[in-house]
Amino acid sequence: MVIEETRRKRLDRGIKVRTETLYALSTWREMAYLIVPRTVLILGLLLLPLILDMYWQRVLCTAGIYAILALAFDFLAAYVGLVCLGGALFIGAGGYISGLLNAYLGWPPLLCIPIATLAGAVISTFVLLPCLRLRGIYFAIVSFMFPLFAVHIIVALNVFGGTEGISALAILPNIWVEQYLILGMIIVSLFAIRRLVNEDIGLILRGIKDNDQAVRASGISITAYKTKAVFIASLMGCFGGAYLSHLYGWLGISLFAMDFSILPIAACVMGGMGSLVGPVLGAFILTPMSEALRGFGQLRVVLYCLILIGFIVYKPEGLMNYLQRKYHQFEYWERV
Amino acid sequence: MDILIYGTVNSIVLALIAVGFTLVYGVSRIPNFAHGALYVLVGFLTWSFINDLKINYLLAVTLSLIISALLGAIIYRWVLIRLRGMATSEIIASFAVSLIILEGLRMQGIGGFKGFIGPYYILPPFIEGKMRIVGVLIDFQRLIIIGGGLAIVLLLWIFTHHTKVGLSLRAIAQDERAALMLGIDSDRAAVIALSIGSALAGLAAVIILPLGNVTAEAGYKVLIDAIAVCIIGGLGSWAGAVLASFVLGFAMIISTALFGAVWEKVVLVGAIILILILRPSGLLGKQKELEERV
Repeated sequence: MVIEETRRKRLDRGIKVRTETLYALSTWREMAYLIVPRTVLILGLLLLPLILDMYWQRVLCTAGIYAILALAFDFLAAYVGLVCLGGALFIGAGGYISGLLNAYLGWPPLLCIPIATLAGAVISTFVLLPCLRLRGIYFAIVSFMFPLFAVHIIVALNVFGGTEGISALAILPNIWVEQYLILGMIIVSLFAIRRLVNEDIGLILRGIKDNDQAVRASGISITAYKTKAVFIASLMGCFGGAYLSHLYGWLGISLFAMDFSILPIAACVMGGMGSLVGPVLGAFILTPMSEALRGFGQLRVVLYCLILIGFIVYKPEGLMNYLQRKYHQFEYWERV
Repeated sequence: MDILIYGTVNSIVLALIAVGFTLVYGVSRIPNFAHGALYVLVGFLTWSFINDLKINYLLAVTLSLIISALLGAIIYRWVLIRLRGMATSEIIASFAVSLIILEGLRMQGIGGFKGFIGPYYILPPFIEGKMRIVGVLIDFQRLIIIGGGLAIVLLLWIFTHHTKVGLSLRAIAQDERAALMLGIDSDRAAVIALSIGSALAGLAAVIILPLGNVTAEAGYKVLIDAIAVCIIGGLGSWAGAVLASFVLGFAMIISTALFGAVWEKVVLVGAIILILILRPSGLLGKQKELEERV
């Protein structure tokens, strides 16, 4: 009599080669192990606009902005060690430049947005440049001051529309362009950053995070690399800002609002720091939730912060890292 | 003369705000971003105690200071203790606590809570009246700020240099491992430091707030001021914080007198950037393992 024996086998056992992120694939089934999660994410993002109604399509656009900011925050915090509490600076810089180009020079949004993305990133990088010699807390503190300071200057000098802001900017052609512009941008920057952090520059950046003196001792200028990293992050943030001002056809000091600094951080902690995908998902969970609470005013901010503390205290790895681990550890019965 | 006296007042205000922050950072290396929030919270608590519960002023102040100290301890025991050593998480978590308090105070419409918004939240000064000092009109509250500020700084110096608890706090700040071997509990020290720091934030609030009205937005301003002083003086450096608050206090008053109030903030940020470029460790910060931090 033949006894049929089975044993439990982990999904990734056969294909993972010694370390994480190196795989030996020989069948379609093993390929699917890697391809399916990525396709689900891309297709999910691309198909979302088709199933939502008009109102939630707008929410999706806003969520996209937060997602891209959260991605920028995650890149800076988890891979470079710069905790930037002032994400609103990027939004404000991009939004104001794009809006002003449109209002004063009359350029179309699709021209303003790329210009504002670049120019805003250059300006934000220059603003943050003196603080790049700092680490950890110092940088967090100083970056936190800049958005507040920018609001102060705009109100005090009464430039760029002052407290009122400028309304009636040109908006993007239609809702489909709006949605696919931001979704496309999220997907592109997500995979670009993933590629980037695994290149040599990513290695140096992580080195800077872990031990900057060692990196300096290797003859690498850490300030130069931090500048590059901040530039990349502010490109993403400024794109979000420029897009935002043309989404609502309006610019004002609320582009520097606390929401743009705190929600991406909450999304990042919730989704899982360092996973890059997590923050995006976190933003897509948190933004609709905050939209549902719109009537409650400041309760929204309190709620994000409670979620943030809850995750940071009780589940510090975040949703995405948790799911990823579970996915790799998934076991099935195999006949011996 | 105006500049001299008001500059002194402003400097002592800054020093009062900053001592709590620098005490906590010096001992436990935790940047307490909830500092500004506790400052505002004590202001509102005192106001509520006086106006809603009709408690005597002194008792109300004592009660809210105790609550603030307890809150500091709770924040440490419940949240920050799990995050020791992870700088990113410490910053994010304490910042989140600060936002919960500040935005919570502005929250409206839940359970009939109207939110602390508007200009009617004014704490009464300790003693009404004004007097003239060398030709400058000054009210008693500002004199109390000068006296109280100097007294607090002096008392803290005595506390950290001549009492057992204070000495153990300094020991932790200087060399945590050696202090642990001598039987000093670092968590207990951090709780004490955070409670004292929070109570100091509250004390600063009680002394300073009668000058104007209490608003939730002041929390961010106080946090920024405290941090500006600490960065310029060197984070965690005791003498540096006092020196920096005098430098900043006078710089702000002088620039306001010469160019107008708008430039006050410009001076603040300009000073920070200048210091960061010239001396990243601050005026008196040395960035060494063994140094006087408290």
